Amino acid sequence: MEKAGIVGVGQTKYERKKDDTFAELVFEACTGALTDAGVGIEDIDNVITVSNDFWDGRTISSMAIQDAAGSYNKDVSTVEGDGVFGAMYGMMRTLSGSFDTTLVVAHVKGSEGNMNLITNAMFDPIYQRKLGIDATSSAALQARSYMEKTGATEEDFARVSVKNQGNGVNNPYAQIREKISVDDVMKSRKISEPLKLFDCSPITDGAAAIVISNEKGMKRFKKDPVWILGAAHFSDSYTLGYRDLTNSRALEAAAKKAYDMAGITNPLMELDVIELADAYSYMELLWYEGLGLTPKGKGADLIRSGATAMDGELPVNPSGGLLCAHPVLVAGLARIIEATLQIRGEAGDRQVKGANKALAHGINGPCGQAHGVFVLGS
Amino acid sequence: MDVENIIYHGRIKVPYKWYVGETGSRFFIGLRDNKELWGNRCPKCDRVYVPPIKTCWECFVPTKEWVKLKDTGTVESFTVTHYSEGVAPKDVPIIYGLIKIDGADGSLLHFIGDVEPGDVSVGMRVKAVFAEERTGSILDIKHFVPSNE
Amino acid sequence: MGKRVAVVGFGQTKGRSSRKDVNGVEIINEAVVAALADAELTIDDIDAIVIGNMDHFEGINYVDSWSVEGSGGVMKPIFKVTTGGTTGTTVAMCAYYHAASGMFDRVLAIGWEKNSESDTTGAIITAFDPVWERPNLGGAIAGLALEASKYMDNYEVTERDGARVAVRERLHALNNPYAHLHQEWMKGMEVDQLVELLVTSEQNQVLAYPLRMSDMCPRSDGAAAVIFASEDVAEKIAPIPAWMVATANRHNFALAGDVDMDRNTTMASASKAAFEKAGIKEPLKEIDVCELYLPYSYAGLKWMEDLGFCGYGEGPKLLWDGVTDMDGELPVNPSGGVMSSNAIGATGLIRVGEAAIQIMGKAGTRQVPKDVNFALATGFGGCYWADVMLLGKKKPA
Repeated sequence: MEKAGIVGVGQTKYERKKDDTFAELVFEACTGALTDAGVGIEDIDNVITVSNDFWDGRTISSMAIQDAAGSYNKDVSTVEGDGVFGAMYGMMRTLSGSFDTTLVVAHVKGSEGNMNLITNAMFDPIYQRKLGIDATSSAALQARSYMEKTGATEEDFARVSVKNQGNGVNNPYAQIREKISVDDVMKSRKISEPLKLFDCSPITDGAAAIVISNEKGMKRFKKDPVWILGAAHFSDSYTLGYRDLTNSRALEAAAKKAYDMAGITNPLMELDVIELADAYSYMELLWYEGLGLTPKGKGADLIRSGATAMDGELPVNPSGGLLCAHPVLVAGLARIIEATLQIRGEAGDRQVKGANKALAHGINGPCGQAHGVFVLGS
Repeated sequence: MDVENIIYHGRIKVPYKWYVGETGSRFFIGLRDNKELWGNRCPKCDRVYVPPIKTCWECFVPTKEWVKLKDTGTVESFTVTHYSEGVAPKDVPIIYGLIKIDGADGSLLHFIGDVEPGDVSVGMRVKAVFAEERTGSILDIKHFVPSNE
Repeated sequence: MGKRVAVVGFGQTKGRSSRKDVNGVEIINEAVVAALADAELTIDDIDAIVIGNMDHFEGINYVDSWSVEGSGGVMKPIFKVTTGGTTGTTVAMCAYYHAASGMFDRVLAIGWEKNSESDTTGAIITAFDPVWERPNLGGAIAGLALEASKYMDNYEVTERDGARVAVRERLHALNNPYAHLHQEWMKGMEVDQLVELLVTSEQNQVLAYPLRMSDMCPRSDGAAAVIFASEDVAEKIAPIPAWMVATANRHNFALAGDVDMDRNTTMASASKAAFEKAGIKEPLKEIDVCELYLPYSYAGLKWMEDLGFCGYGEGPKLLWDGVTDMDGELPVNPSGGVMSSNAIGATGLIRVGEAAIQIMGKAGTRQVPKDVNFALATGFGGCYWADVMLLGKKKPA
C-alpha cells in the first residue's frame, strides 16, 4: 500500500464563544494549514469537510463553508462525525490514486446550539430519547459501571482532570488554562453523578484543518511530512444497555489494527506521546485499556503511577485534551494536529522531548461507541 | 472598528413521527394493554433482548421468539442528574438506571424513582411501576422503584 | 496507485409512501440483507461500511452510530457521509475510495430515508442560510421552478417538453418492481396522449409554475445497499463486476444566489472531469445507458445538455426523437428514476446500483435491449451539488 503523510496543520484558538461565523473559522483554519504547508489552494487536489447538521442547526451543513474551504471546482465531500473520521477519508482519497493531496477541515460552534438537546437527539427516539438522556448523563452511567467493575474511584477520575488541565496551561490554543487540584474537582458542582463539573469537557467554538499528501504529492511541499504509520476505526453496538460499557473493544480493535500497520508491539514502550478523546475524565482511563497501555481494569493504576504525566514514560494529552477545549467534531483533527506538532518538535511549551511516534484518537456516538486511531511518525 | 455583533435566534422546528415497526409495537402493546414486558430471543446466541430487536446485531439473524419477562430487575448502573432540558417528565435530580430485567440479557435504560438519590446502589433490586395512563410508549413505565422481589 | 474497484452486489427495498411496519434501523437491515444475498456474501465478509442520509428528515443525530444494530456495523469500521440530495452517490464514492485506497476489500455502502417520518419540505428549508435565505426561500420546488422557467425562456421550451420527460420516467417505472410509483393507468396509452393529459388535466395541480405534480419526484421510504470490492476479490464475487471507471464531483455554491440559473455548471464540470479521466469523447455514442438523478422533469432536458449528450437547447429534440427511451440509442433511467421513487438518502445510491446491474446483466424486466459497456450514474443535491460515476464492463487498465 502507498504511504500518506501530514504536510500542513492549522487551527483556531479554541474559545467558549467566538464571534466569527462558521465560514470565517473554516477559512482561518484552512489558510493556517496551507501556510504551514507552504502551498496555495491550487496545490490541493480535493477537500473533505466535517460538519454535523444538528450542531450547525441546518440541513446540508457543509453548504455554509464550501467557499471558505477552498473547494471551488474541486472534488469535495463531507463526513459527519468526529474529525478523525474526516482525516481517515481524506487519507483514503490520497491512497486511491485519484488525488495526491487532500485538505480536511472541521468546524463547530458549540456556543450556538444546546449540547444537551443535540446529544439527546443521538438517542433512539422510540426507546430512549424521551427519557431525556444525553451525552453527559449516559457518560455518567458508563463512569459508574467502570467504577463498579474495576474499583476505580472518583479521585482517580479527578487525577485525569488535574493532569490534563495542568497540561492545558502550556497550550496557547486551549480554552481552559488553569491548574486545579484533586480537591477542586471533588468539590466542583455535581452534574450527573459521579461526574462533576471538572470531570466534563467544556462547550467550545473552533475549527481545525490538515493537509494530507501521498508520496507522489510530497514534492509540492518543503517541510518533511509526518507519516501516517497506521490508521483504523471500529464501532461497537449502540443501544445503552446492550453494550458492555466497561469494555472498549472497538478501540482495542482499532488500536490493534493501527499498531499492526505501524509495527508496534508494545505501545507503552514504543509510543512517545498520545493525544486522546477525554470528553469526560474517566474516559481516559477506559481508553488506556483499549489502547493496550495497561491490562483491562487497570486504567486507574496507570494514572496513579504518573506514567501518563508530562514527565512520565508516555505523556497523554500534553495539549490538555478535550477537558481543556472540546470543539465537537473538530476534536479528533485537533488531536492529529497536536500529535503532528509533537513529532515535528513544534509543540512549544507542551513539547514532549524527542517525540518520534505519536498516537491520535477520536470518538463518535454515545459513550465512545466508535473510535478512530492514527499512529504518526517521523 | 468595533461593531456590535448581531445575534440571530432560531429554532429548527420540524414535526416528526417515528414508526416503531412491528417488533417494537408488540413490546409497547404489551406495556400499554397488559403491563407486561416482552423481550425476544436470538435463535443463534440465545441472548434475550429488551427492548426487543428485529435482528440480533451480533449474529445478524432475525430474532423471532418472544419471551415474557418479569417486571423486576437489578440496577447495573445509575446516575443522579442535576440538570434538565425539560425532555424528561421528571423534576431534578433525575435518577437514570440501567436495569437488568429478570429473564433478559443486557439492561433497559429507565428512571429510578420514589427513592432518595443517596439510597440508590448498584445491585439494588427494583420493580417497574406502570403509568396510570398508557399510550404505547417507553413512558408507559413510570419508573422503577426499590423492591424486595 | 490505488486498487481498481467494482460493484459486486446491490439490494434495495421497494419504495413506498410509508413503511409503518419497520423503523429506520429495520429498513436499513432489509437493504443490507438483500445486497449480501445478491453478492452471495455474509456480513462477516464485509470489511467496512459507509452510510448516509439527511439528519433532519428523521431527526436522528449520528445515524452511523444509531443504525449499527441493523446495518451490520457492530465491530466494523463505519462512518457517515452526507451531502444533501447527493448523499447516496456521496456514500457510493466514499465506499469506492475505501476499496481503492487498498485498506479494505469489501465495502458496504448504505443509503436510506424514511421521508414519511417528517415534513420533507420543512426539513429542506433548513438547508438554507438561517440569516440570509431561510426567511424568504422555499424548499426544493420553488428553486427548481426558477430554473425551469429560465430554461423555457432561453430555448423556447414548452410544458409539453417537460411532460414528455415525466411520461418517460413513469413508463419506465412500470418495468421496475422496486419503484414507488407504478402508474398502471398509463399502460397502453400513446405518449402524445399522455403528454396532452398531463399538461391539460386540472387534477394535475400546478405547484409552482411551470411545475405540476407530475413534474416532481415523490417522497418515499426506502433503503439501498451496494457492495464495492477491490480488484483482489471482485471477480471472485461477481461473474460480471461493474467496474468503476471514473468518478468526480463538484459543489461550488454557498448561497442559492450564487447559482447560475442558465446552466447546471457543476454537473457540466463534474461530468467533464469524469469523461476526461475515462477517455470518453462522445458521450452520446460511447455511453450505453444512464441512471441520472433527475428530481424533476425539466432536468431531463437541460441537464442532458450540461452532461454533453447534446447541444444547448437540444434537450427536447433528443427526448422527442426517442433517443432516451428504453429502445433508444441512450436509454435514460430504465428504473423510472428519481421521479418514480425518492427515498432521498438512498436515491443516489440506487442510481449507482441500477447502473451497475445494467452492466452485470441483472436488471431483469428493466434490462436495456443492447450491450452495456458504459453506464453513467449521477447524483444531484442542494445548491447544485453534482456527483458523477461512470461504470464499465471492462476492467480499467
